[in-house]
Amino acid sequence: MKLNRRAFIGAGSAAMSAPYVLAQGAGRPKVVVVGGGAGGATAARYLAQDSEGAIEVTLIEPSRTYFSCFFSNLYLGGFKSLEEIGHTYGTLPASFDMNVVHDWVVDVDHAVKTVTLGSGARLHYDKLILSPGIDFVDGSVDGWDLGAQNRMPHAYKAGSQTELLKAQIAAMPQGGVYAMVSPPNPYRCPPGPYERVSMVAHVLKKTNPTAKIIIADPKPTFSKMALFEEGWATHYPGMIDWVGPDFGGDIVSVDPDTMTLSVDGDVLSVDVCNVIPAMKAGHIAEVAGVTQGNWAPVHAGDMSSKLVPDIHVLGDASQQGDMPKSAFSANSQAKVCAAALLSTLTGAPLLTPGYSNTCWSLITQNNSVKVGATYKATEDKIARVDGFISQVGESDAVRERTYLEAESWYLGITSDMFG
Amino acid sequence: MTVGPKRRIKLPETVAAGDVFTIKAKITHHMENGFRLDQNGGRVPRDIIHRFHCSFEGETVIDVALEPGVASHPFFAFEARVPRGGEFTFTWYDDDGMVHTETRSIDVI
Ligand SMILES: Cc1cc2nc3c(=O)[nH]c(=O)nc-3n(C[C@H](O)[C@H](O)[C@H](O)COP(=O)(O)OP(=O)(O)OC[C@H]3O[C@@H](n4cnc5c(N)ncnc54)[C@H](O)[C@@H]3O)c2cc1C
Repeated sequence: MKLNRRAFIGAGSAAMSAPYVLAQGAGRPKVVVVGGGAGGATAARYLAQDSEGAIEVTLIEPSRTYFSCFFSNLYLGGFKSLEEIGHTYGTLPASFDMNVVHDWVVDVDHAVKTVTLGSGARLHYDKLILSPGIDFVDGSVDGWDLGAQNRMPHAYKAGSQTELLKAQIAAMPQGGVYAMVSPPNPYRCPPGPYERVSMVAHVLKKTNPTAKIIIADPKPTFSKMALFEEGWATHYPGMIDWVGPDFGGDIVSVDPDTMTLSVDGDVLSVDVCNVIPAMKAGHIAEVAGVTQGNWAPVHAGDMSSKLVPDIHVLGDASQQGDMPKSAFSANSQAKVCAAALLSTLTGAPLLTPGYSNTCWSLITQNNSVKVGATYKATEDKIARVDGFISQVGESDAVRERTYLEAESWYLGITSDMFG
Repeated sequence: MTVGPKRRIKLPETVAAGDVFTIKAKITHHMENGFRLDQNGGRVPRDIIHRFHCSFEGETVIDVALEPGVASHPFFAFEARVPRGGEFTFTWYDDDGMVHTETRSIDVI
């Protein structure tokens, strides 16, 4: 279709572009995917691969290198290099028939079905997939805002933030204090903060054995809690202090100028303060009008928005039911969504959707624990079917096997996403 | 450093005469209920904190018997009023025979 680009770049008004929208109907259907992460890259790849050119797929992602949050804790622990968790987008358009555009989507007009990019360019879509990940809820940690993220990094979007946090850990004085402000539910990667604490403890045990870690947590319990507690008591005895809401872990404020953390009125001087604020769907979801509260409600069968037609929301941004916000989940949802769109747009047969997730966490070298489940689509949500979790007291051999599973999962998902 | 499981206590350092204040006390303990089976089908022996006691200058504030159904890390929050400054003593009694004790002082102004 030669018309496409000229028709929509700079088409000034809805009235002008509407006839072109109709004209497009005759050509290849267009799917625009926003966000090249676990959900978006997977969806774009499967749509391009399985439609064999019948669908025009455009993936829009501002970063040229995607640093995966998954395994970024292993980078903090010294088990991975930054290069090993960085992935580029060159293989996708080379191997599959798709466009990759490095830009931000700044607006979505669902009345005329266009997205506007940071450059000002506009693209038409027949179906839009949003997988923008998360943003932070303003004001959720008293004293902290994005302007403080250099002094008090979140490292909950991977890349420079993760590098900064690692450098700060290395610069801690002997016997210093690493503090974490853990987020309220729901947030991306439920065991993520606690795997991070394990990795920080692993580093400190070698380099700074008298250092302390304190976690202020608004949640009374957390993912794989008994397994982490066992791991911490065994491998890092006396180092980690978890303060839950019963002792004011939910009444927290920080001061980036004085590097202090206040927990229920007790003020502590800290050397590193890893503030992980409350989360919400990536901002573009709100702009697109698909959010209700902090997240974007979707139908369980195909991840389509409950609020706006022809938009699907994947991964962390979606509110789908029982699945945790993880890369594994986003990847699983992307495959279901791609299959549903293939069926709608090309008439491919539709299979019953099924979802799965596993979250692995490294506690110390070669020692991982996991939790996982399978899910099915029901009328109102993605519902958990059955699950499994590592047990306390497992042998080193079992834990090592679990770690090796995580390694092969990482290889698998990243080649799924990036070709 | 404390010996044995971690204890956490919170109460004000000073109170006004006649004020009622909250005391929180928690011990990190797995509270093994004695009903679980291990990987070989054997019973995991019971190991719980079976008694928690708090006193002020020798006078009992609360004295609680704990049962195997109590979840891990037993936590107590209760209120007290003291006639003068002095010392609270907190004691946890473990099935394994250990007795864990903490003290905290309070001033009345
Ligand atoms: C420390 C940590 C550890 C984790 N460990 C694991 C793990 O072990 N296993 C696991 O399964 N999950 C893990 N996760 C969770 C996992 O990273 C996320 O759940 C997953 O990345 C979600 O995928 P997504 O597609 O929703 O978002 P993302 O992967 O974050 O992708 C979103 C993409 O959208 C882009 N984007 C945002 N806005 C726009 C816009 N306006 N225009 C264009 N592009 C945009 C962003 O640049 C980004 O690349 C971890 C997370 C953290 C923080």
